[in-house]
Amino acid sequence: MSHQLKGQGEEAGGGVRGRARSGSPGTGDRSRKRPSRKQTYKAEDAPGRCGAQPGQKERAGGSPRPGSPRRKQAERRGRQEQLGERERRSAAERTSEGRRKRDRTASLREQRAPPKKENEAMWKQLKKHRSSSSASSASCGESLSEEELARILEQVEDKKKLIATMRSKPWPMARKLAELREAQEFVEKYEGALGKGKGKRLYACRMLMAKKWAKFKRDFDNFKTQCIPWEMKIKDIESHFGSSVASYFIFLRWMYGVNLVLFGLIFGLVIIPEVLMGMPYGSIPRKTVPRAEEEKAMDFSVLWDFEGYIKYSALFYGYYNNQRTIGWLRYRLPMAYFMVGVSVFGYSLMIVIRSMASNTQGSTSEGENDNFTFSFKMFTSWDYLIGNSETADSKYASITTSFKESIVDEQESNKEENVHLTRFLRVLANFLIICCLCGSGYLIYFVVKRSQEFSKMQNISWYERNEVEIVMSLLGMFCPPLFETIAALENYHPRIGLKWQLGRIFALFLGNLYTFLLALMDDVHLKLSNEETIKNITHWTLFHYYNASGWNESVPRPPLHPADVPRGSCWETAVGIEFMRLTVSDMLVTYITILLGDFLRACFVRFMNYCWCWDLEAGFPSYAEFDISGNVLGLIFNQGMIWMGSFYAPGLVGINVLRLLTSMYFQCWAVMSSNVPHERVFKASRSNNFYMGLLLLVLFLSLLPVAYTIMSLPPSFDCGPFSGKNRMYDVIQETIENDFPTFLGKIFAFLGNPGLIIPAILLMFLAIYYLNSVSKSLSRSNAQLRKKIQALREIEKSHKSVKGRATARDSEETANGNSKNSTQLQLPKERTMHHSASQSQTLDQKAQGPEASSSAGKAVPPASQHLPISRSPGARPGSGQARPQAHPWRSASGKSAQRPHH
Amino acid sequence: MGNKHTVFTHEQLEAYQDCTFFTRKEIMRLYYRYQDLAPQLVPLDYTSCPDVKVPYELIGTMPELKDNPFRQRIAQVFSEDGDGHMTLDNFLDMFSVMSEMAPRDLKAYYAFKIYDFNNDDYICAWDLEQTVTKLTRGELNAEEVSLVCEKVLDEADGDHDGRLSLEDFQNMILRAPDFLSTFHIRI
Repeated sequence: MSHQLKGQGEEAGGGVRGRARSGSPGTGDRSRKRPSRKQTYKAEDAPGRCGAQPGQKERAGGSPRPGSPRRKQAERRGRQEQLGERERRSAAERTSEGRRKRDRTASLREQRAPPKKENEAMWKQLKKHRSSSSASSASCGESLSEEELARILEQVEDKKKLIATMRSKPWPMARKLAELREAQEFVEKYEGALGKGKGKRLYACRMLMAKKWAKFKRDFDNFKTQCIPWEMKIKDIESHFGSSVASYFIFLRWMYGVNLVLFGLIFGLVIIPEVLMGMPYGSIPRKTVPRAEEEKAMDFSVLWDFEGYIKYSALFYGYYNNQRTIGWLRYRLPMAYFMVGVSVFGYSLMIVIRSMASNTQGSTSEGENDNFTFSFKMFTSWDYLIGNSETADSKYASITTSFKESIVDEQESNKEENVHLTRFLRVLANFLIICCLCGSGYLIYFVVKRSQEFSKMQNISWYERNEVEIVMSLLGMFCPPLFETIAALENYHPRIGLKWQLGRIFALFLGNLYTFLLALMDDVHLKLSNEETIKNITHWTLFHYYNASGWNESVPRPPLHPADVPRGSCWETAVGIEFMRLTVSDMLVTYITILLGDFLRACFVRFMNYCWCWDLEAGFPSYAEFDISGNVLGLIFNQGMIWMGSFYAPGLVGINVLRLLTSMYFQCWAVMSSNVPHERVFKASRSNNFYMGLLLLVLFLSLLPVAYTIMSLPPSFDCGPFSGKNRMYDVIQETIENDFPTFLGKIFAFLGNPGLIIPAILLMFLAIYYLNSVSKSLSRSNAQLRKKIQALREIEKSHKSVKGRATARDSEETANGNSKNSTQLQLPKERTMHHSASQSQTLDQKAQGPEASSSAGKAVPPASQHLPISRSPGARPGSGQARPQAHPWRSASGKSAQRPHH
Repeated sequence: MGNKHTVFTHEQLEAYQDCTFFTRKEIMRLYYRYQDLAPQLVPLDYTSCPDVKVPYELIGTMPELKDNPFRQRIAQVFSEDGDGHMTLDNFLDMFSVMSEMAPRDLKAYYAFKIYDFNNDDYICAWDLEQTVTKLTRGELNAEEVSLVCEKVLDEADGDHDGRLSLEDFQNMILRAPDFLSTFHIRI
């Protein structure tokens, strides 16, 4: 309905404004234009001339938006009736306020017969809500000319705006409720008056629909907030452990959402079509367990290693057939497989970068933060979320320390001897950590090499088979605490310490991962070199089978059973299995660490404390703290593994979804039951973006090996959707050639030309350079503007301190006078009048605005209470501090300023 | 569902939703929290808007507030008479301002009132001293406290009149990176 109103307003706004500028009284003009007007309205038009004055005033204040005059004439009667009808309807609807409304309706109905009187009644209603129109306008405002209608229209919009912004007004609830009721009544009363005369019923219907829609939206919002999972759990943790621990859980939840999307993508487009429409298990060799493995294929120990039946299932790459299309849908599975693999990365990149961007947009300018160290410590250091006395104790302690630290910094008391010591210790710590990193890297390399030897041997034990995973998990388990111990030497602030710690563990994990990958790649190359011989063996076997002598030539020989066909090692599935195993063992190690390291320790400390010779809770073992850095990085690297492995093991994402789900519940329980808040509670300020940055890095790093294998390794000859092709991406070429018209193929070939790609890349670089320089210059001008604002504020203040006294005196005088409201409201505005002529003009106009009307409905508030209200929340430096934020006229005037362009 | 309609009328709930940042469910939860504070005082029927106040002694025991050094100020600012005794409306107001959805300007306005201990519309040195003492539980000595207050005034006082006005405060808090995340009570 608002479009409708706006449309009307726009149509007429230009005309009215034009008249106002020419200075002639509006009604005279109009009567000349439309001589065919009905006689009955003459009575109204005569006083309408007088109404032009408030109209003009109005125009100055906000924007008058009268409905189209011409149409209005025709519609007026209809509208009056509609008004009454609406009143009646609403009276019937609302039982709570029914009586009052009915009274008003009755009075309206009485007065409808003489139009003039009705207008009077309307005007009275109007006055009730708009006391800003001063006495002069009231005296001659007895008619309902276009201006008045426009004003009502305007006001209805204002009231609606008021209703929408009611919740962000700094008023006590009682006042908010009263204002809300008033505004709602007003809107309900006059909304009907603004519809079109013709489509009255349609309009009413639309209004009803709009209301229903608003209600539905609100209900939907309610529903949406209820649907955010684990909100209460995270709130609980946040109040006990502060925002830094909660940030991990929020990150975990976000990750879960991302993984659900990936899961949907892979399952919906790859696994389910294959299961439903692909060839069934046992039909071809790649979908059958080989004869040699058959008897043990169902053993749990085999299944646990993702061998046996699991290896030959849709969870892994090797199961898929290279048929171009499957099923009656003629679904192009190889193509879909490839595209899903690409879009998993595409989607992840997009979502990570998007959330990073939205995080940075939320943060304010960072340049000036240094100016307010003490103020920020004073006013924003207490975390109001803390609802736990232990946490509060640590918070008190940390605030005290931080104050002391700042004081020490401020006094610049030099601790020369300590500086050298700290420096030495930090260098030492870094040296130790680099040693650890190198050691762990070598260990993994060694273990992986050894495992390759093991894999050639027969009868290897369980330990030998899983050595790599065990060593990697152990390293991941013991290195971070070691780093933490070493980092204690450095004596950083915990937030900086956390970043260092994150960086180091990141380096550790990354080193481990890449060593593992390199070793894996060696393995793959080895398998690839063997492939040729296996291929020959397969051919020969089949050849001999079909051409063997001694078979009855007349009966065609039954085909060789798929389990008997010799086949290659299928390196893709092997890689997928490695990632699968790593993920599972990682998950188990995490859970066991939590159980042993946190829960059992907590139980021990708690119960043995009664019969121990020293205080266990305060002394050595004590309770564990929640290890934010380790958990975050574990999550990030696990995700990296998923990204890398999901191309070769589509089922990996499903397992990861399960893992995240269980770890959400398990870790929530563990943290609440067996951890204690950090000794120095600190805020998680913007480290969320730090997590995201790490995640992006890991995503990029896990993209590399996958891209390398796709682009430069030949796929296995007898397994997977790309078997028989030279490279995996050939599937795209194939699709373009076979399924698209030839000219499209030509276009693609043309696009793939390096002559086109290189200029495109160049163009992108140029665009980046250009945008970068634009943003630099913008930020420079931003800084300049800020300086200007600062200067302006200083000048303003010095003026204000002089002016303030004078106005205070004024207010006392005027409070006794008759025209209290308007004068009083001008008070805050007067201050800024000296700024510039134009500004003071607009402010003066604002003084007439409904700010007055809203407050005038009640008793006049005392000046001391009034001033902060009128300039409080919206006051921004430099925008003229006397601007009430939710000033209903402001946006209206903004609109009106644009309107003449139409 | 049946419960909520006996406590509030539909219109009341709608009005509260318009006046606060809460959904219907949250309003009901807040009501029950309020009711739990003083079950014998607070009626189970709010359709007739009874004039009930829960004394500050009970408000201050809420787990959300009991560890907050400024709990008394919060209660005083949001109560009608400045004595800390709260009606349900005040209670809703308080948590609405403290909610995650409330805009920065609104929060800054009320934060200013909370830190303005003597209600003179300016944060003066005395107010600052109170704040520091409460934040550190009096662990800093007088010299340090006065140094901190001096520094704060030095940083944030734009007009150099020796006290912080609302504008100074807003100007400062506008740049605080953590204000929105810390000035926030979850319910």
